[in-house]
Amino acid sequence: MIKKDRKGIHELYSIDPIEADKLLWGRETDSSRRGFLKKTALATMGTFLGAEIAFANTMPAGLIPASLISDEPFLIPGKHAGLVILNDKPINAETPPHLLNDIITPADKLFVRNNGLVPENIDVNNWILTIEGESAKEKKTFTLEELKSNFKHYTYQLTLECGGNGRNEFNPPAKGNQWSLGAVGCPEWTGARLKDVLQSIGVKDDAVYIGYYGKDIHLSQNPDKVVISRGVPVKKAMEDESLIAWSMNNEEIPVMNGYPLRLIFGGWPGSTSGKWLHKIVIRNKIHDGPKMEGASYRVPCNFVSPGSEIDNEDMCIIESMPVKSLITYPKSGAVINDGTFLKVNGHAWAGDYKVSEMQISIDFGSTWQKCELKSPKNRHAWQQWNANVNFPKKGYYEVWARATDSNRKSQPMVVPGWNPKGYLNNACHRIAVKVV
Amino acid sequence: MGERKYNLTDEEKSKVKSLVSFTSYFLFSCLAIISIVTYIMLWYVPEINTATNDQIVEDKVENGIDLSTGLIADEGYKMVKQQCISCHSSKLIIQNRATKEGWTNIIQWMQETQNLWDLGKNEEIIVNYLAKNYAPDEQGRRKPLENIDWYVLKQ
Repeated sequence: MIKKDRKGIHELYSIDPIEADKLLWGRETDSSRRGFLKKTALATMGTFLGAEIAFANTMPAGLIPASLISDEPFLIPGKHAGLVILNDKPINAETPPHLLNDIITPADKLFVRNNGLVPENIDVNNWILTIEGESAKEKKTFTLEELKSNFKHYTYQLTLECGGNGRNEFNPPAKGNQWSLGAVGCPEWTGARLKDVLQSIGVKDDAVYIGYYGKDIHLSQNPDKVVISRGVPVKKAMEDESLIAWSMNNEEIPVMNGYPLRLIFGGWPGSTSGKWLHKIVIRNKIHDGPKMEGASYRVPCNFVSPGSEIDNEDMCIIESMPVKSLITYPKSGAVINDGTFLKVNGHAWAGDYKVSEMQISIDFGSTWQKCELKSPKNRHAWQQWNANVNFPKKGYYEVWARATDSNRKSQPMVVPGWNPKGYLNNACHRIAVKVV
Repeated sequence: MGERKYNLTDEEKSKVKSLVSFTSYFLFSCLAIISIVTYIMLWYVPEINTATNDQIVEDKVENGIDLSTGLIADEGYKMVKQQCISCHSSKLIIQNRATKEGWTNIIQWMQETQNLWDLGKNEEIIVNYLAKNYAPDEQGRRKPLENIDWYVLKQ
């Protein structure tokens, strides 16, 4: 009887989350709107979850514990409502192409790719970056202030793309977040050159790789488990544009994208650019942190037939990302009048290389029209292209976009080589247009 | 003086009586309040228990979809709710497609690298559910464009 009248947990939280906290768990919130659970409330909440809540004292107010799963729409703090949320635990979201039209990707439109949970209670005043490892001449630590005052600042516009961008088109399907087109962005990053910091410590001649460690939390809540620890060969680490960044678009890096400190390696899988950076190791072998080995961020060294089983030793680490482009204007589905021109524009990028040519087709790849293509602002920045399209008659059209890089490699029309984890799909972007 | 100790006046007797009865009323009330609060808590928040204890309340299902998770409410979905989504979102399941073998491999990968526990007899229930409801589509090398949201473009 009581049961019928009671309000569901989602209803309670949707009406007033702070009050719901108090009502259900006795959790009271201080002025910062961060609720600190009283001990009794903590026990109550733990009992209902059937498990102890780790980090309960830092759980933000008004948040339904994720294992109770909400059917309320989920919004990511600091991110545009138009982002497509693929996963809310861990949080992963991509930006639809038409929202990527800015030359410099704004903070709210940069995709979010997490392997674990976002760290809570980030204390920038006590944030320490440690540099060590077999091939480091000494072990050294830096505060954020020391990094900013000891090293020259550099700003570059650098393309960041998830290695699994486009995964949703592979068949047989690959497991993981089913990214379509929008796990890419190109903001402006400011920080110290990684090479300046590494050289201030001294890199031994036997150095092969650098690896990072971040402050994200493993999904199992086990504090000893590292979520992800990848890196790059020393050669890539020593490039001018490889940064230890503390700023994005002249502001603090968004929490979801690694605040207060992260690595940026433009043109390589986003997973090499460690977020919430607190340790860099200089290794005398290929770094062996979680997600460096097995099939993670690797593709078969030789092409394989779709669905093949591949031994780990036949998988090779992904380095530079392949040439790719997006049509960011207009949004797919445009209906236009017969006899009018259509302005089309977007971006193109090519990993470690430059895009040398950009073309579009409106007849399913039979003929191609050359587009105007701009030079990159700096190495690893995406390039802008545009074209005017004239449609010969009424009907359904697709505009296909194809970039070619400085090695004469172009984007394929169909999904490229199958690989077990679904990486590196750079098939041409298509939008639908109807002429009426 | 020593005799007076056990010889209480009527006034003193009634004081003791009322003290005793007050104390027992007080203790009884405390007990009653604790039981009532426990009872209310049990009724008030059982819905949140669906993730860990589905015996307490029926899951809300509409059009064959479990409302709290978005999972297809087919045989075995409650087991999936219990075992899978305490660590990761149900969205991770829903967007993926695999055969029985594929789902088994994914579970093994989670056990080897992500601290997933031994699922015991439940593994078969879970894998059967996933392979039936989240099976791969047959598709070619590239699908036609889907879900086109047509709009009039003003240039």
